[in-house]
Amino acid sequence: MRNVLTIARKELRLYFVSPVAYAIATTVYLILGAIFFINVYFGLRGETIPPDGRIVINPLITILLFATPAITMRLLTDEQRMGTIELILTAPVRDWELVVGKWLGSFGFMFLLLAVTWVYPLIIHQMTEPGIDQGVLVSAYTGLIFMTSAMLAIGVFISTLFRSSVAAFFTTLAVFLGLWIVEGFGSGSGVGSEILRNLSFVSHYYDTLFLGMFDIGDLFYYLSLTALALFLGTQVIEARRWR
Amino acid sequence: MIEVKGLTKYYGRHMAIQDLTFDAQRGEILGFLGPNAAGKTTTLRILAGYMPPSQGTARIAGFDVLEQSLEVRKRIGYLPETVPLYPEMSVWEYLDYMGSLRRVEDLEERISEVLEEVQLEERAESYIGNLSKGLKQRVGLAQALLHEPEVLILDEPTIGLDPAQIIEVRHLIQKLGKDRTVLLSTHILSEAQQVCDRVLIINKGQLVAEDTPENLQAQISGADQLVVRASTETEALRDLISLIPEVTEVMPGEVEGEVFVMSVPGKDIRPEVARKIVEAGFDLLELRLAGLSLEDIFLQLTKENTHLKEGG
Ligand SMILES: Nc1ncnc2c1ncn2[C@@H]1O[C@H](COP(=O)(O)OP(=O)(O)OP(=O)(O)O)[C@@H](O)[C@H]1O
Ligand SMILES: [Mg+2]
Repeated sequence: MRNVLTIARKELRLYFVSPVAYAIATTVYLILGAIFFINVYFGLRGETIPPDGRIVINPLITILLFATPAITMRLLTDEQRMGTIELILTAPVRDWELVVGKWLGSFGFMFLLLAVTWVYPLIIHQMTEPGIDQGVLVSAYTGLIFMTSAMLAIGVFISTLFRSSVAAFFTTLAVFLGLWIVEGFGSGSGVGSEILRNLSFVSHYYDTLFLGMFDIGDLFYYLSLTALALFLGTQVIEARRWR
Repeated sequence: MIEVKGLTKYYGRHMAIQDLTFDAQRGEILGFLGPNAAGKTTTLRILAGYMPPSQGTARIAGFDVLEQSLEVRKRIGYLPETVPLYPEMSVWEYLDYMGSLRRVEDLEERISEVLEEVQLEERAESYIGNLSKGLKQRVGLAQALLHEPEVLILDEPTIGLDPAQIIEVRHLIQKLGKDRTVLLSTHILSEAQQVCDRVLIINKGQLVAEDTPENLQAQISGADQLVVRASTETEALRDLISLIPEVTEVMPGEVEGEVFVMSVPGKDIRPEVARKIVEAGFDLLELRLAGLSLEDIFLQLTKENTHLKEGG
């Protein structure tokens, strides 16, 4: 467990000197800021500002679809391409500790990134009367963080499969889009549709947490996805040794 | 300290090493000598716990590299051939990271010590990406020494270093080898000769010879070979030396006044050669045993394979 923290700490530190991470953070804040400004501006000219955090969270999720693959794309691809993984795997570090440590580092970074976006709902809260529903906001943000955790874990898993970060980025993005639209195929009735709906990233968030319905089952879905992806990542690293 | 039995490794269908058996004691520096693609890196990677063997067993400090990999990895320091490092970290940060993973006690103090040992104190804050190849090599070495491992596994530790550095690193290895086991690979014969207590020669994945460097050289050369240079013409020198009964062949050397002398084994003809030259009124400029190149040794080894194994 200490190794996990050591690895996570190192990855987190590297994000703060990485131009990619700064580019992502800048993009996130710029887009969010622009959207927020437009909303508030038009809101002030007559239309009412929706009294919740939705005007922030909606665009945020779209941005996350692209930002998380960019955050995870180099985590294990670089180690494999540069061969640095050889020194980690010959140190007394278990394979899972490496994978989980990488994920935790990226999670730490995204957590900080998301935490800063709280300012926007807070501003709305100040500007509106009687303010926004804090319960909905907390529920939506909690869900967002769990969803991010699952997305990062999938990104880490896919980064174990490649040596090229570009390949890892696009594969991760494709998987996310797949998880996004899978619900559309499950619109009918029957077991198959049911399963598809349950697989979907969207239904576990927008139908419940996003609306303030705090459901442990949904959190469990994202947690299971996180665990599964990290488990698969570990299997790939282990298989690499046996090649 | 290291016991290897019947070690075999396939990459797909390609057999990289075949049935290697050897051991090494504490305080011994064992050299792994072989040409490209001989299987040196493959063997060292298995011993370092990076990948499992296809067949056979290897034990380090009594622990099996496959079954007790973690215990083995705690006890080894490993310098991979490519010296993989993180370019975006500083030397200190990197050693701090590796040291934390290896649970080194009094880490800061230890990092300072190791940096001094590999003479990198002044570059502690430099980014690894900005270091020269030789300096990176030293960072790799520092990383391998950090936790004071019982067994050091060094894959071509002097490659890419300047001559002064090579000598320093060899001294360092010799010093370290006094109380721990060092396994190093190289394709430089003179390096193996200087540094190692014992040398394994491997070729195409197979062990072809195992002995002390001195014995190997003596067995392999078969005939004594000398390089002689004197203040005269090559032709004259050649005629003069040919008079010595033990001499079997005299060939012109690389420069004027230099010859290459082959003689029957077992008798040192150097005093006789020196006397002849001085008596003839020339100045003796150089007289030394000819070092064999690794290529020569391999040529001989493939011819005299069985004979050598008995000898070793
Ligand atoms: N990861 C790998 N996958 C497939 N084949 C490999 C792999 N690593 C090494 N080989 C093959 O195994 C054989 C032995 O390689 P190895 O790297 O052990 O040689 P070496 O003695 O270290 O050579 P060098 O002096 O060039 O470093 C070579 O034929 C090589 O092509
Ligand atoms: Mg090699």
